[in-house]
Amino acid sequence: MTEVHNFGTEAVTCHAWNKNRNELALSSNSTEVKVYKKTGGCWQEYETMTEHGQRVTSIDWAPNSNRIVTCGSDRNAYVWNYNDGKWTPILVILRINRSATVVKWSPKENKFAVGSGARLISVCYFEEENNWWVSKHIKKPIRSTVTCLDWHPNNAMLACGSTDFKTRIFSGFVKDVEAKPSGAPWWDGKMSFGTLLAEYSNGGGGWVHDVSFSPSGDKLAWVGHNSSISVVNAATGQQMAVLKTNFLPFVSCTWLNESSILGVGYDCCPLLFSYSDQGQLIFTCNLDVPKEQSIGTQSAMQRFRDLDRMAAISDDTKNVKTLHQNTITQVIVYSGTKEDCSKFSTSGVDGNLIIWDFKSLEKSVAGLRI
Amino acid sequence: MSKNTGSCKFRKVDVDQFDEDKYQDELTEEQAEQGPNVSEVTNLLSSGKNTDALTHLLNNPPMVTKNITMKDKATQLAVKVLSSFRSSEIDQAIQLLDFKQIDMLMKYIYYGFECQTEGSSAMLLTWHEKVFAVGGLGSIVRVLTDRKRV
Repeated sequence: MTEVHNFGTEAVTCHAWNKNRNELALSSNSTEVKVYKKTGGCWQEYETMTEHGQRVTSIDWAPNSNRIVTCGSDRNAYVWNYNDGKWTPILVILRINRSATVVKWSPKENKFAVGSGARLISVCYFEEENNWWVSKHIKKPIRSTVTCLDWHPNNAMLACGSTDFKTRIFSGFVKDVEAKPSGAPWWDGKMSFGTLLAEYSNGGGGWVHDVSFSPSGDKLAWVGHNSSISVVNAATGQQMAVLKTNFLPFVSCTWLNESSILGVGYDCCPLLFSYSDQGQLIFTCNLDVPKEQSIGTQSAMQRFRDLDRMAAISDDTKNVKTLHQNTITQVIVYSGTKEDCSKFSTSGVDGNLIIWDFKSLEKSVAGLRI
Repeated sequence: MSKNTGSCKFRKVDVDQFDEDKYQDELTEEQAEQGPNVSEVTNLLSSGKNTDALTHLLNNPPMVTKNITMKDKATQLAVKVLSSFRSSEIDQAIQLLDFKQIDMLMKYIYYGFECQTEGSSAMLLTWHEKVFAVGGLGSIVRVLTDRKRV
């Protein structure tokens, strides 16, 4: 079953779940981050994080160490620890002079990366002796704002997308805090911090909005503002598949298993793509199958309210046909992992957060196609 | 205190020009591209091979060059080619195009709107409707986002 949760009329710009999925942190396009707990089917707010001075741009919740990291346009990042029933912040000095745009914990949760408008990525890790989060910069050759990040499962490589239309893979290996990772594609022995391992452009313009490593870490997918979705497969000699779609641009994407990618964005609905072993990237289906709504009788009150708000009487102009009533801002795997996702969650500009049951949707859509 | 002069000259100062990390457009290998061959297209048109003229146009766009007059010439040529189709032939011509050519055609249509001539807009709108039916919103988004214009 698809669940719709509403968090007011403001856009939900970003959200994050705890490990058990019974707690939720989100920001409604403001300087605050609200933390909710699930009590009997509804979401109860139990804390508001007010440390940021400007809009919060990204939140990430580390599942195992139960820490939240947030970053915002005030150029700061905070790591929040839960002690004695309260979330307490620690400021992280990012040393950037532009807004922080995105933050992501590494898979082992011993470091996190922050992308920013200062054309760099800050990789931050905790230094025990100073009791302090230290940040190291990856600068070259990023030419514009970093809009998105994703860690490779080996905890060392970092993919980033930027408004210079390129997707890059860097080494985010910090030898102070971790042992050498095992070999992986793209990883050619030179593993010193900040090394550029790969750089991709899918030809033509379009800011890169999101990047995602496949569960095995062999493939990298990204979406851009030219309505395109691209996949590079390192296992088959860096073969690149680009699909320029007929839809509006995608803002966020994730893998749902080793061959399926989900794109969400300005079309207000989750769209499924599949990548075959032969390197074929195709559009599979729209997972938001609109129900046929019977146009019942309309109350006079409703009729005049519509007339007043929309200057139109007809009912079909009132709502967008999709479940989300506006752009989707983010998609996260809700239950399962990227390897075998069974549910995913999306947040939207309409203030809704929707949990989609991928398994049952996939079945019903497959039924439709036959 | 500085005086408010209403001057907006300072807005045109390129503050990034001394930044060595400044964004630069990618340069591709096909530097010597010529754009569409005017005489060939006119020949094709006069011998009635409208679809061939269209394909030639879409396969040889002046994308990389910074020469604006060349781009304008190509757009004018495109308007000429598109207006030589009868409206009943448009659907057929579009069916023969692949998705790359559809995107390119959409670009020509939009730049055709920009330098309009007598009656060209109505004709371009007909084309726009039919190309949109195939290329969807994505093709329009790509006209807006692409750094390389025709």
